[in-house]
Amino acid sequence: MTQPPPPALEARGVNKWFGANHANRDVSLAVPKGTIHGVIGENGAGKSTIMSIVYGYLPADSGEILVDGRPVSVKSPRDALAVGIGMVHQHFMLVDPFTVIENVLLGAEGGVTLAAGRDRARKELIHLAREYGLEVDLDRPVGELPVGAQQRVEILKALYRGADILILDEPTGVLTPQETDHLFRILRALREQGKTIIIITHKLREIMELTDNVTVMHRGEVVANVRTAGTSREQLAELMVGRKVLLRVEKTPANPGPVVLSVEGLRVCDRSGVERVKGVGFTVRAGEIVGIAGVSGNGQSELLEALAGMRPIAAGTVRLRGEDLAGRPGLFNARALRRLHVGHVPEDRQRVGLVTSFEAQECAILGYHDEAVYNGRVLMDRAAILSRCESEMEAYDVRPRDPTLRAANFSGGNQQKIVLAREMERNPDLLLVGQPTRGVDIGAIEFIHKRLVALRDQGKAILLVSVELDEILSLSDRILVMFDGHLVGEVTPEQADERRLGLMMAGAA
Amino acid sequence: MDDILILALLLIDATIRVATPLVLAAFAGLYCERAGVVDIGLEGKMLAGAFFAAAVAYSTGSPWLGLLAAIAASVTLALVHGFACITHHGNQVVSGMAINILVAGLAPTLAYAWFKQGGQTPLLPGEARLPQIRLPGVEALSPIPVIGPIYRELIDDTNVLIWLTLLVVIVTHWVLTRSRFGLRLRAVGESPAAVDTAGLSVTKLRYQAVILTGVLTGMAGAYLSTAHGAGFVRDMTAGKGYLALAALIFGKWRPWPTLFACLLFAFTDAVQVRLQGVPLPIVGVIPVQFIQMLPYVLTVLLLAGFVGKAIAPKASGIPYVKER
Amino acid sequence: MAQGMASKGFGMPGEVPGWVNYALLPLLNLLVALILSGLVILVIGENPVDVLSLMLVEAVGYPEAIGYTLYYATSYIFTGLAVAIAFHCGLFNIGGEGQAYLGGLGAGLVGLAMTGWPWPVVAVAAILVSALFGAAWAWIPGWLQAKRGSHIVITTIMFNFIAASIMTYLLVDVLIKPGQQSPETREFDPGTWLPSMERALGWVGVTIPASPLNLSFLWALACCALFQLFLWRTRWGYEIRTVGQNERAAVYAGISPSRNIILAMLISGALAGFVGVNEILGVQHRILLNFTGGVGFVGIAVALMGRNHPVGIILAALLFGMLAQGGGQVSFEYPNVNRELVMVIQGLVILFAGALENLFKPQVESLFRRRGSRGEGRS
Repeated sequence: MTQPPPPALEARGVNKWFGANHANRDVSLAVPKGTIHGVIGENGAGKSTIMSIVYGYLPADSGEILVDGRPVSVKSPRDALAVGIGMVHQHFMLVDPFTVIENVLLGAEGGVTLAAGRDRARKELIHLAREYGLEVDLDRPVGELPVGAQQRVEILKALYRGADILILDEPTGVLTPQETDHLFRILRALREQGKTIIIITHKLREIMELTDNVTVMHRGEVVANVRTAGTSREQLAELMVGRKVLLRVEKTPANPGPVVLSVEGLRVCDRSGVERVKGVGFTVRAGEIVGIAGVSGNGQSELLEALAGMRPIAAGTVRLRGEDLAGRPGLFNARALRRLHVGHVPEDRQRVGLVTSFEAQECAILGYHDEAVYNGRVLMDRAAILSRCESEMEAYDVRPRDPTLRAANFSGGNQQKIVLAREMERNPDLLLVGQPTRGVDIGAIEFIHKRLVALRDQGKAILLVSVELDEILSLSDRILVMFDGHLVGEVTPEQADERRLGLMMAGAA
Repeated sequence: MDDILILALLLIDATIRVATPLVLAAFAGLYCERAGVVDIGLEGKMLAGAFFAAAVAYSTGSPWLGLLAAIAASVTLALVHGFACITHHGNQVVSGMAINILVAGLAPTLAYAWFKQGGQTPLLPGEARLPQIRLPGVEALSPIPVIGPIYRELIDDTNVLIWLTLLVVIVTHWVLTRSRFGLRLRAVGESPAAVDTAGLSVTKLRYQAVILTGVLTGMAGAYLSTAHGAGFVRDMTAGKGYLALAALIFGKWRPWPTLFACLLFAFTDAVQVRLQGVPLPIVGVIPVQFIQMLPYVLTVLLLAGFVGKAIAPKASGIPYVKER
Repeated sequence: MAQGMASKGFGMPGEVPGWVNYALLPLLNLLVALILSGLVILVIGENPVDVLSLMLVEAVGYPEAIGYTLYYATSYIFTGLAVAIAFHCGLFNIGGEGQAYLGGLGAGLVGLAMTGWPWPVVAVAAILVSALFGAAWAWIPGWLQAKRGSHIVITTIMFNFIAASIMTYLLVDVLIKPGQQSPETREFDPGTWLPSMERALGWVGVTIPASPLNLSFLWALACCALFQLFLWRTRWGYEIRTVGQNERAAVYAGISPSRNIILAMLISGALAGFVGVNEILGVQHRILLNFTGGVGFVGIAVALMGRNHPVGIILAALLFGMLAQGGGQVSFEYPNVNRELVMVIQGLVILFAGALENLFKPQVESLFRRRGSRGEGRS
């Protein structure tokens, strides 16, 4: 006559609006105690929103949260911690100049002075570290730690506060495969000890590898609650997207022409002087797409920005159609490169590729604003700007088709189309593309991929940087793998599979 | 020999007296800026403190009630600043500026209407001013060389607020480095999101910080009008709030260096009074204006990284808005 | 610091009409500031309605008063534009006061040096030199921000004090008219004075009463028009706005943030410097201490209330001109009121129109949203 124990965490009928956007629509899910539970969905599916509500970071408009079968009122992270819910956010919530121990203590000091709590925390943290493999140097400022260690600090923070339910939001986005494996070992160890883990991700591989059960979300709704063992990647992908997914882009083999870009011994430093690109060399030919794969933070971003003239290079040569640009600041800067027919779709369209407070037509000339066609002797030619924007919007099916609407008011996919149209419609010989489909809905992804392939087929050279392996595999004609600032290998998509690429990306092959 | 000692002691004594309101104001700024709230309204709060201290001390005859009134007035203004900047995410520079202008008008306006003496308060009688602390044994120690004069000239007969200021410095250092409140305060100035997700209220912490700012600027104001001076006169802060801000930056938002910067600025002021019209070797007479602008020039040089590097708390000046 | 003003983000359904942001909210804020000013007047023992209405009469009630009001507004337009151009580049220029002070030095040196020249030549020279001096004084903080990363708010504050010290030194020790007690220069030759509006209109047969209003008012209006064209119709304005709204996007577009920061500060300083033309060449006809009297700070309020747009700036400058003129006059009539009441009102207006600009925004916006959604429901 034993009743099954109530789930460790349950959400019932949660609704959340952001303005007119229904971010969570009657979301219900239950997480049994001592399991690892995955929550999966596309960008904007509402998975982070529901977890922020559970953690008390955002208030729900309606609905109920239960812990161990009892309804709880979670109005702030403090309430959540009190009922044993801890969260590791996607962007770490750490105080950089503080030591690890100070970060752990913050909010759980255990007294008016710090001295007593600090000693207690040190003992407890050493114990936790041993038990779960959460080793970190307790007396170093967290700002100096690698990301993997910073994440362990976040987990320690939650455990130190007595969390029995641990929520992790996209925890592997910034980790190398080894760090990911390390994390998964920790999570399994936590499960052994009876902790309940919820992991939010958009990566199917991780769901299959790690979780016991999975909740799939689509457009703010829960579309499925399934046991991981009873499902497959393909089924989950279909549920996530809401229809059959084409995993590969239709394209003919490449027909490469002459070399357009050739790079040798390129070194690039970031703002604080740390070398991020450590001597790379490669070529991109006309009529091919070269993809650079790698875990985020291995120097790809810096490489792309350096080639686009956005950051200075420390050493090396960069030849465009045979002409060496390095050491010629008059030619090797963002402005001059555009005149040399180099287009650049930046990784972060909102912070880099657009000025979101500008009208779409103003964004349509960003970087090209000083071209003669848009300028009279003193004043700019408004009609020319407007008609340019209108034709680009037409060609790329941007909606709504309103050149005077501010860029911020377009959806992510349409913002990306504005950027792509601006850079691709000028018929660049070389196109540098970073994360072309990040945060873009599936329909727009297919459109963007087709456009990129079409540009290639016109005989243009394309350098693609993406952290989405699927995207690299389906678009590239050649794949370069970047790890820790080096190019560690080159493969064709036919030779490559995710496992092999994953090892290369970890610097292990 | 004794003359030089006495001269040095007098100079140090003058430095301390000039430095006291600067220290109080700079430490006031330290609390809110370490919590991430920029306050260029120290000047205005100090001026309000000076006026209300003098007005209440004159009306009641009690300098202590004056001090309380000064603190109440400054805290009120600090809460206005908090309401604008913390609750309504307003621009912190604009809010501070508005408070400075408001008080620069309000203090003389009220003084004019209440005391009819052209925008100042009447001269305060001795018992309405904050007292000097008399110490025992001055006579007994006097004959001892060095220690005697130091005790007589420097330590004895010091205003009660100066002692209190010393206490503020020590307590602030302790609070910031050793206490729970200090840890949270520093955290909220560096990473309010970390504080929020740790289950603490960013709003509450920042309000606590600006209230402390109010208390200390109130004390600074009361010192000006009821300890150092004997009554409120128009514009009596004369830019000390900005100078305190400069000292805070010069001290890189840390207690001891900030104290040192205040003493340095006060010392240049004390020296300047002595140097007026006195020709120096090589350079001749330095115009007093050039000595007066020295602290400002030093601060600019520091900010430009020509003398050290000042790194402000990361979140200072930025209203905290939850991300989705 | 201006970033906060730029980023709006997520889902803005049924945006409220523009006039709510540009007119209704500022007026609401202004109203609260005036009500609180009324309370202050009540506290000092006068009738707020009487005082405020007398203020209005003294500001715009008769031609001479209007002249004074416009004269004050002239300087406020200059400093308002100065603050606004810096704002558009993401910079907070608090140094308008010092830049105006230095601009006055420039205009004054021209007035002292060009004895015997016809006034139009002097006027053009004074415009150029005051712009140069003001720009130079803004250039240093601009350069320090662009190249060394020193926070412009603090450096411009410091530069106000440094300017005050230098001007005091110059007037006390260098430029002072020999044999005189007060630190002022000699008066310029009357032939070099910028004609007052009364004189200028007299040439075309129009008679208005005497007031300090002078031809620099027209130059202020011209600056507004030029400002508008420059910022929204030229590529240089486009670049400044891009840097101000999104510095990384500027770098991406090949626009140099540091060059534009310096450029915006140069223009800002030049605009503030024009205060010197109005005050020194148009009214005082000699260089004197503290002639700026807070115009730089009022400029911040003007720019904020005017939403950094020339039309708004003109309107806000008129409002603050009325305050300055009306408030000054009121003090003669009421025993308990003195000139500083103007600063009280100014401070409150800055507080509510600037720092607390969002005070009523949520309520007003939700009011409009609700009306909007009801409208949709019916259609």
